[in-house]
Amino acid sequence: MNRRKFLQKASLLSFSLLFPGLQGWALSGGSKIPGSKKLLVIFLRGAVDGLNVVIPYADSRYFELRPSIAIAAPGVQGGALDLDGRFALNPALAPLLPAWKDRSMAFVHCCGSPDPSRSHFDAQDYMETGTPGSKMASTGWMNRLLEVLPDNHSALQAVNFGPTQARILEGPRSVASVQVGPGGVNKMPVDMPVIARSFEQLYSSGNDSMSRAFAEGMEARRKIMGEMDQEMVKASRGAPLPGSARNFGKQISRLFSRDQTIQLAFLALGGFDTHVNQGSSTGQLANHLTAVGEGLAEFIAGLGPVYKDTAIVVLSEFGRTVRENGNGGTDHGHGNVMWLFGGAVQGGKIFGHFPGLSDGDLFEGRDLPVTTDFRAVLSEVLVSHFEVTDSGLNKIFPGFKNSRLGALSVMKS
Amino acid sequence: MKIVCLLMACLLIWINPALAQESMSEEEKVVHVLNRLTFGPAPGDIESVKAMGVDAFVDQQLNPQSNQWFDPVINFLGQNPVNRLTPVQLFLKFGPPREARNADGKGAAGPRVDPAKRKDLVKIVTDRYTHVASAVVESRLRSNIESQRQLQEVLTDFWYNHFNICIDKGLDHIWAGSFEQQAIRPHTMGKFRDLLGATCHHAAMLFYLDNWENSAPGNSPSHGKFGGLNENYARELMELHTLGVDGGYTQSDVVSLARILTGLGLPNKKTGLPKGEGRRLGYAFDQSRHDFGYKNFLGHKIKGSGEREIEEALDILARHPSTAHHIAFKLCQYFVADRPPQALVDRLSKRFLESDGNIALVLKDLFHSSEFFDKQYFACKFKSPYRYVVSAFRASGVHMGDWRIVFGFLKQLGMAPYSCLTPDGYKNTRDAWLNPDALLRRINFATGLGSGRLPGSPGQAVDYLQLQKTLGDVFSPQTLSVVHSSVPQLKAPLLLGSPEFMNY
Repeated sequence: MNRRKFLQKASLLSFSLLFPGLQGWALSGGSKIPGSKKLLVIFLRGAVDGLNVVIPYADSRYFELRPSIAIAAPGVQGGALDLDGRFALNPALAPLLPAWKDRSMAFVHCCGSPDPSRSHFDAQDYMETGTPGSKMASTGWMNRLLEVLPDNHSALQAVNFGPTQARILEGPRSVASVQVGPGGVNKMPVDMPVIARSFEQLYSSGNDSMSRAFAEGMEARRKIMGEMDQEMVKASRGAPLPGSARNFGKQISRLFSRDQTIQLAFLALGGFDTHVNQGSSTGQLANHLTAVGEGLAEFIAGLGPVYKDTAIVVLSEFGRTVRENGNGGTDHGHGNVMWLFGGAVQGGKIFGHFPGLSDGDLFEGRDLPVTTDFRAVLSEVLVSHFEVTDSGLNKIFPGFKNSRLGALSVMKS
Repeated sequence: MKIVCLLMACLLIWINPALAQESMSEEEKVVHVLNRLTFGPAPGDIESVKAMGVDAFVDQQLNPQSNQWFDPVINFLGQNPVNRLTPVQLFLKFGPPREARNADGKGAAGPRVDPAKRKDLVKIVTDRYTHVASAVVESRLRSNIESQRQLQEVLTDFWYNHFNICIDKGLDHIWAGSFEQQAIRPHTMGKFRDLLGATCHHAAMLFYLDNWENSAPGNSPSHGKFGGLNENYARELMELHTLGVDGGYTQSDVVSLARILTGLGLPNKKTGLPKGEGRRLGYAFDQSRHDFGYKNFLGHKIKGSGEREIEEALDILARHPSTAHHIAFKLCQYFVADRPPQALVDRLSKRFLESDGNIALVLKDLFHSSEFFDKQYFACKFKSPYRYVVSAFRASGVHMGDWRIVFGFLKQLGMAPYSCLTPDGYKNTRDAWLNPDALLRRINFATGLGSGRLPGSPGQAVDYLQLQKTLGDVFSPQTLSVVHSSVPQLKAPLLLGSPEFMNY
């Protein structure tokens, strides 16, 4: 490229290229690999209060122990939404009811990690490495899953949504990272060939972690941008998407349905550490759950026919105390509820053993116990969805003896 | 025989890794102290450290008060009133107007507000919060980039993250800056116990980790939100601020500590305006909400005595061997390597205990240790996004214009100052920050900055020869050859976006 041409190009380096404003996603085409199954894992960081997500309204202890934050029983104003006569859903999650009715949504109550840690950071690590109690694991279970799956040679086979690499996806296999919200997929200087080529020479030594990251970043970027170009015109006409996580459903479903090489995706949402003023059917927790519920509903709607090949798992590091604390909130607890969605999920059911809320039933007299190991549920999903073998499972969850694989049957056989 | 000797030598090295150490060259040491004790070399820094010597530079940075520099940044910080106000003054001046407060005095527009007026009130509150938070963020960025007392700036980053509070939570919009000015900065190289005490009592922390509402169990429900225990701060105080998660405490210690901390909260009508330390840090102790029962805390019997219990508990925590180890490890990880040498951590942990948590003495040993100058640790750390941006401004000499653009960019990279939502603060390891998308975003930033086209901070294209001189002999032959063969406009961007500039 001659100097004049470069200058012409370089002058394009305007504000909008470097720090683009609000712009939506626009992806199209994408290679099609029929029959490829997809898994989205959503992590609710901060420990969501599972007892106010799936509410044991038939147990009067629930209302005794939570005088100011209990969600009213179904049938009254602001009351919970009945699921099975025993449990009810937080009304903020109303957009998910259709999935319950069409039997593609299920819950596993009193689910979680067998490790009793009440540290957010340790418990999140354990759930992401898939090795509760051991800090030796350096890779995340989703990366090990990627190693077990056939390599489809796509830079987008696994995608991390968010600015930082999550532990769950750390490991030897490459993972693309994409921002949710504004500025996710807008033109940047490295999209200009002259700039890209020069930096490619800088990062061409190949084997160190930075060169690898650069190469993977460029490959993923070209893929996304290539698909985006075709829809640029269309996109600029559409209304920009605001940056809130509320839109994650639209964004991710677009990527899922248009690029069929994506198999694994991870998204973390925060703000669930409700020590104070948790609220009940309205308030802090309800606001956060509304965003999750709407996002998931939009994700499912956006997937269209791809939903039948998709599994969605919603996890959180531990549950919260059964009794509300002194400030209308809840402190760190133990067992929680896991959420499952997808065409192959045995939906419309609440799995897991829920012993009740009397003191003797609680873990250390204060928390929901863990009666189902989160790895047991995930194992069933992986076996059914990706046909992971026993040796594959051993690699993904080393040391986990799952003697009752399939005992829950969260997936259709 | 030769082979035997060789084997012996290998064995010795294997048994005692210290023998395997190779020290950095003198040239490398100069760059290394600038990399680690500062946010990276600025033009002329290498020359001036060479002139005064590495040891003298370290000592000078460890004594920021004693040096004679005129520091325009200190001046700048002092001139901004927001940086001088106490939490109570900030609340009165920039807090929600009286009619916008919730029953509890916080919040943007409580339920009692006339809906017609609500919109206006929300705007007033937003404007006030934005006014204070903007000044605070700009101050942090400018002082980190421009101050001569660089170790003080680096340690402010370290300790702020250690005792992290998030500016996005309610009143911490107006208190985060005061937290840094009154609780962190005065103690970055002082006694750990003082730092711990100041962070524990500061209004920003009391609000962030909810201790202001923590009240004796069974406190009558008529107290409303002050109805009982809240474990949040007690747990993080042990897990993150002192002992560390494996530091040997149990759930019952968490409850005991929460009980000890009951009543330590924010000034209100009942407590009246605080005096002395309470006034400086913005706290008040409400005896009527305190749990005066006996507590068994980490094996110590704590008698119910009110406010004094808190000092007893902080003494126990600050002087606990687990705390010494936790702090020594974090300092070594921050200043030496992501996986720091165990022997150094052990030595510094001992030093911490012996010196009663004297941070300057611990740092002095660290910066003079052989491990610190071990060749394998030269430029081994991967810059966090924040360090990357600050170091790029320092190296290029580009004046940061509109800080909001820089803040927005850091937000995209997941590391905007004061914005870490969780109490563990931002990490500073390679594993946490090196990912494909983030690397490309840095390269975009480098392209803008190096070509003089960074939005908000326009200027001349950066002189790449000067830049190379500023950064020293750190570039690989490959990088230099790519730079030399590239078009002029890309030379400085390539240096700022090079693999070498990602490390420090």
